[in-house]
Amino acid sequence: MTDDVLLHARGLTKSFGDFTAVDGIDVLVRRGEAFGFLGPNGAGKSSTMKMVGCVSPATGGELRILGMDPAVDGPAIRARLGVCPQQDMLDEDLSVEENLWVYGRFFGLSRREVRARTDKLLDFAQLTERRHDRVEPLSGGMKRRLTIARALVNNPEVLLLDEPTTGLDPQARHVLWDRLYRLKRDGVTLIITTHYMDEAEQLCDRLVVMDHGRIVAEGSPRQLIDTYSTREVVELRFAVDEQERHVEAVRGVADRVEELPDRLLVYTADGDDTLAALHDRGVRPLSALVRRSTLEDVFLHLTGRSLVD
Amino acid sequence: MSTPTATVSTAPSGRLAAGPRRPTTRGERVGAVMAHHFFVYRRTWKGSIIGRFASPLFFLLSMGLGLGALVDARAGGVAGLPYLRFVVPGILAMQAMMLAFGDSTYAVMGYIKWNRMYSAMLATPLRVGEVLGGHLAVVALQIGLATAIFLLVAAPFGAFGSWWVLLAVPVAVLTGMAFAVPLFGLSARMETDSGFSILFRFVMTPLMLFSGTFFPVAQLPAWMQPLAWVTPLSHGVELSRDASEGRWPGWLGAVHLAVLAAYVGVGWVLAHRSFSRRLLS
Repeated sequence: MTDDVLLHARGLTKSFGDFTAVDGIDVLVRRGEAFGFLGPNGAGKSSTMKMVGCVSPATGGELRILGMDPAVDGPAIRARLGVCPQQDMLDEDLSVEENLWVYGRFFGLSRREVRARTDKLLDFAQLTERRHDRVEPLSGGMKRRLTIARALVNNPEVLLLDEPTTGLDPQARHVLWDRLYRLKRDGVTLIITTHYMDEAEQLCDRLVVMDHGRIVAEGSPRQLIDTYSTREVVELRFAVDEQERHVEAVRGVADRVEELPDRLLVYTADGDDTLAALHDRGVRPLSALVRRSTLEDVFLHLTGRSLVD
Repeated sequence: MSTPTATVSTAPSGRLAAGPRRPTTRGERVGAVMAHHFFVYRRTWKGSIIGRFASPLFFLLSMGLGLGALVDARAGGVAGLPYLRFVVPGILAMQAMMLAFGDSTYAVMGYIKWNRMYSAMLATPLRVGEVLGGHLAVVALQIGLATAIFLLVAAPFGAFGSWWVLLAVPVAVLTGMAFAVPLFGLSARMETDSGFSILFRFVMTPLMLFSGTFFPVAQLPAWMQPLAWVTPLSHGVELSRDASEGRWPGWLGAVHLAVLAAYVGVGWVLAHRSFSRRLLS
């Protein structure tokens, strides 16, 4: 059973001078999981990923990756990881395929082996037609897919993805998610950071919510929503300056109400019932939307802030 | 939210069959880093090779034949040599310094900050020393190649007094590395590239002018001479000139070599530390 634990952190800490970026987190990731770190910018997600990627020494606590200690066996661990960093870090002067060739050599793959793998990876990344092109003019989505392809050149057991779709347009995001599903299905363990709750819901079997370097909640997206939110949410928008006047009345009919600058979020088991109750009390919003709870609501409940400011 | 799962079943797999992963030696890993830089040079070598041939020609025409004719007519040469034979070995060493500057400043900052290739490399089994060593080895090869081309172009003009001038190639490489290695460390500590032009103007240019390249260090005011002897270029220039004339430099040669080697050795320790601090924090 312990063979299946790929990542084990206990009290993991990272400080830069007086600033504590990661403040004693406990994490356990098993083989084949898609595991997520969800949190706003500055929550400590990237610092955690760098420690897991063995390019940043931990300040304190214990960290084991693939059963090894990064402080001792960094190169041996990195040989079995794939890393897709937040910035693409490609050599833009080289062609698409050259970027894969040179990278494979860093893992000690023979020239022939690297070329054979390049064909498959370009196919996977949907870049076969661009293989001879320089990287620099490629779109953001293509560069990101190339970075992921490059991270797969050593056939890694774990793929680390630091904000994989930040900065991509919606279509490019879906193409990328599709590729990541495929990897997950093929048994690659994914460790993902994101500040998009939809991404976390789409990709992650299990995740932790981070804030100020700490883990504030842990579970599957479903469990987190069940634990920290209600089944449904009603979003009420009022005319300018009217929101204040209605808050008290709304509080009377719901489990919990969050006041955002532009709307009220009403947490309830049944949105339609709540709307009817509000109507009876004479609350007339400009618009009312009933939706399912998301991880955004979980985050709001746990921290009092939204994920993307 | 659309459902991308629909296309998953037909998509090719990114999971590769476990291939033979050979255990690599340090030499192989350094070689892999060098291979990356060679791929980059494959894109730019045509432009740089023309420069490698053109620059010695410019120096020969202006210094050797132009200024040299004047110096030889007025003073009967310098330090017992026709000016051409005095100045060309000095320029060999100076060129090595200039090439080292070019390859160790903006290029290093680019790999750290702009395309972040060093970080990409360090996400693999490579260690800092291998990333650093591979890049420096390519710089050394570039300097060696440029020096060899210079020899080839200048020899027919009678710029060298002896076949021992072939030793000027390793001397130029060592001189270049005495600059390149510490400069790698310095570049890894700089946040912006604005310091490089200051470095060029206030360090490289005076060194080029006052290190015995164009006239003997003894011509300098007494207070300036120690500055020449504690910096690397003057030692490279002296060794290069001795090689060109086939003179045995004796114990002074050992001093020159020791100073250059010290710059490389201490530079390596500092560069390794700077790289680790910058890239693995």
